[in-house]
Amino acid sequence: MKRVQFEHSAVPYLFVAPQILIISIFFLWPAAQAVYQSFLLEDAFGMSSQFVWFRNFEDVLSSSSWTRSAIFTVVFSVLVSVLSIAISLFLAVRADEVVRGAKSYKTLLMWGYAIAPPVAGLLGNMLFNPLMGDLYMAFNSFGFEFNHIENANDAAFVVILIAVWKQVSVNFIFFLSGLQGIPKSVQEAATLDCKSPERRFWTITFPLLAPTTFFLLVINLTYAFFETFGIIDVSTKGSPGGATATLVYKVYVDGFLGADLGGSSAQSVLLMIMVSVLTVFQFRFIERKVHY
Amino acid sequence: MFRKTLMAAAAVFALGNTAQAATEITWWHAMDGALGGVVDQITADFNASQDEYHLVAVNKGGYEDTMTAGIAAFRAKNQPNIIQIFDAGAATIINAKGAVKPVQDLLEANNVKFDINDYIPGVRYFFADSDGKMIGMPFNSSTPLLYYNKDALAKAGVDVPKTWQEFEAAAPKLKEAGYTALAQSHSPWIFFENFMSRHNLQMATANNGYDSTDAKVLYNNDALKDHWQHVKDWKDAGYYGYYGRAWGANQDAFVQQQVAMWIGSSGSFGGLRKSAQFDFGTSTLPYWKGVGDAPKSTFIGGAALFAFAGHSAEQDAGVAEFFKFLTKPETQYYWHKETGYVPITNAAYELAKKDGYYTESPDAEVGIQQLSEEGGDWTKGYRLGFYVQIREVIYREVDKMMNGEETIDAAFATIEEEANGLLKRFNDTYSN
Repeated sequence: MKRVQFEHSAVPYLFVAPQILIISIFFLWPAAQAVYQSFLLEDAFGMSSQFVWFRNFEDVLSSSSWTRSAIFTVVFSVLVSVLSIAISLFLAVRADEVVRGAKSYKTLLMWGYAIAPPVAGLLGNMLFNPLMGDLYMAFNSFGFEFNHIENANDAAFVVILIAVWKQVSVNFIFFLSGLQGIPKSVQEAATLDCKSPERRFWTITFPLLAPTTFFLLVINLTYAFFETFGIIDVSTKGSPGGATATLVYKVYVDGFLGADLGGSSAQSVLLMIMVSVLTVFQFRFIERKVHY
Repeated sequence: MFRKTLMAAAAVFALGNTAQAATEITWWHAMDGALGGVVDQITADFNASQDEYHLVAVNKGGYEDTMTAGIAAFRAKNQPNIIQIFDAGAATIINAKGAVKPVQDLLEANNVKFDINDYIPGVRYFFADSDGKMIGMPFNSSTPLLYYNKDALAKAGVDVPKTWQEFEAAAPKLKEAGYTALAQSHSPWIFFENFMSRHNLQMATANNGYDSTDAKVLYNNDALKDHWQHVKDWKDAGYYGYYGRAWGANQDAFVQQQVAMWIGSSGSFGGLRKSAQFDFGTSTLPYWKGVGDAPKSTFIGGAALFAFAGHSAEQDAGVAEFFKFLTKPETQYYWHKETGYVPITNAAYELAKKDGYYTESPDAEVGIQQLSEEGGDWTKGYRLGFYVQIREVIYREVDKMMNGEETIDAAFATIEEEANGLLKRFNDTYSN
C-alpha cells in the first residue's frame, strides 16, 4: 500500500549525479584515503607499510606543538570570523546609507575580494617588514614596542589583521545585497515608529539580516580554518615558536614538507572531526535563532 | 593562413620525429630564477653534445615541492629519471628501499669510470651509504660562509674574525661604529649542523645516522648550548641581529648595511654581488678556539641528483651519460662560476685554479677551501630521518630562545626530546 509513496522518477537523481560525482572524487575519496593512511606507518615512496591502529593519533595528541596549534586555531578562527563579520556589517550599513558617490565607495570596498590569500600575505609581509615595512615603522613610532618576529601576540595580530582585511570585502558584498533585500516599506514603517537609528538597526535590520549573518559565519569559519593557510605560509610560516601555526599549516608542514604521511593524515582526520562537530553545533544551536 | 598552419603542423611532426629518435630522459629540479637558467643551459649543452638522448629539465618549485612531486609521481608509477633531493630529505629517499638506484652502481653498470676519490673531500660521502658507496650524485653543493662589509669593518678598525673569541672582541667596536655586528640566515644549518662539523663533534648516534635509522641526536651538549648562550647574550647586548627564520630578512639586513657581517651560503655570492651597494668580502665560518678540535671542514649543504628506479636500461644509460657530462671539469667549472656553488670534483677545482678564476675573484675560492680543510670523524655529513621536521623544531625553539620564552637549557631539552621522537617514528616506519 505504501509503495506508491516511493515511486519516484529517476530524473532528479540524474540531475544531482554530477554534483555527487564531483563530491565523491574530490572529497569523499581523498577523505577516505586520509582515514586509511592515518592508521598506517608507511614510507613516503610506498615501498613498505604497516598497520599501527591509533599510533599516529597518539603521537599527534601527545605533542605539545599540536595542542598549541589547536588552541591557536580556535582562537584565530573565532577572532577572524567575528571581526570580519562585524567590520563588514558596519561598512555595509554605512555604505548603504551613502547617496553621493555610492558606487565608488562600494566598488572600493569590494576590491579586496579579488585578492588571493597568498597575495594578501605578501602584502602584509611587506607592510610589516622590520627593515622597511610602513606599518611596522608606524607602530613603533607611535611608541608600541611592536615586534612580530619575536612576540607571539604581535605575530598573531599580523596574521589576524591580514586574514580579516582579506575577508571583509567578501562579507561586505553579502551584507550589502542582504541590506538591499530588506523591503523599503518595512524600513519606512520602522522610521515612523522609532526615531533612534541604532535601535531600528538592532530590532529591524539585524534580525532581517540574520540568515546572511549565519551563512557568513559558516563560510568565515571555514575560511579561517582552511583558506588562511596561504596567508600564514607567506607571512609568518608559523613563527615565532609555532605561535601562529594553524592546524592546516601543520598538516602541510608534516605531510608535504616532511613526508610523514601517517602523522599528517591523522592530523587531518582530527581536523575533519573538529570541523564537523563545529558545523553540527552551528546548525543545531545557532541556526535555531535565525528566522528566514 | 591555411598554408602557414599546415607548415607549422609539419614542423611539429618533424620535431616530434627527432625527439622520438632520441631516448627521452626527464630531470625534475628545484633550481628557479637565475639558477634555473644555468640548469637550462647545461641541459641544452648536453643535448647538443650527443644525439642519442634528449634530456628534458623541469623546475618543480623549491626543494620541498620537488621532493613532494617526486614522491607523488613515484607512487603513481610515473616518476622522472632524475630528481634533485636536498640534504634534509636525503634520508627519506635513501631509506625507501628500492626507490632509487645508487649512482655508483648506475655508472659502473654503464661503463662510466667512477672513483669516489675524484670528488673533493667535503662532498664525497654526504650522499653515500655507510659503506662509502655513492647513492646520490652531489649537484649543487654549498657551505656556510661569513660575508663582511669592508667599509664597516674599516670604520670600526677591526679585522675579519676567524674565531668567535675574535668576534667577541670586535663586536663592541662595530656597535660603536653604528652596526649590529652579526646576523645569519639559517639557524639549523649554520648554528647546529655545521657547528658540530666545524668543531668535529658527533651530531647523532649510529655514526651520525649513516649506520642505522635507529639514531638519536646529540645536540643537547655543553659546547652547542654554550654557543647559543653566547648568541643570546650577543643579541641582548646588540651585537647580534635576529630577523626571524626567513633567509631573506636576515640577508636584507646585511645588504642594507644595518649588519656588518652575515653568515649565508657560498651560493649567495652571485646574488650579493648584484644587490649589495658596497664592497664586501668572504671569510670562513668562525669557530670557538679550544672547543672540540676546531677548525675542521664544514658539511656541504644543497642537494644531490638521484636516479629513480623503474626505468628501462636504455633510459638508465642516458642518465649515466648525463652524469658523466655533468661531472666533466668544464661543466663543473661553468656551474661553479655562474652560480657560486662549489665544483664537486678535484679536476674541476684544478681547472678553475689554472684558469686564474681565483686570482680574479679570490672570494669565490673560500667555500671550496673550507670544504677542503682537514676532515675529522664527524665532518662527512649526517643521515637523519624526518630531518625537515627536526629543522622545524629547531627553528621553533630558536625563536623561543631568542624572545626569552624559554631558557637555553629548556629549549635544548625540547629539541632533543622532539627530535628523538621523530627519529623513532622514522625508524619504526622505515626499518621493517
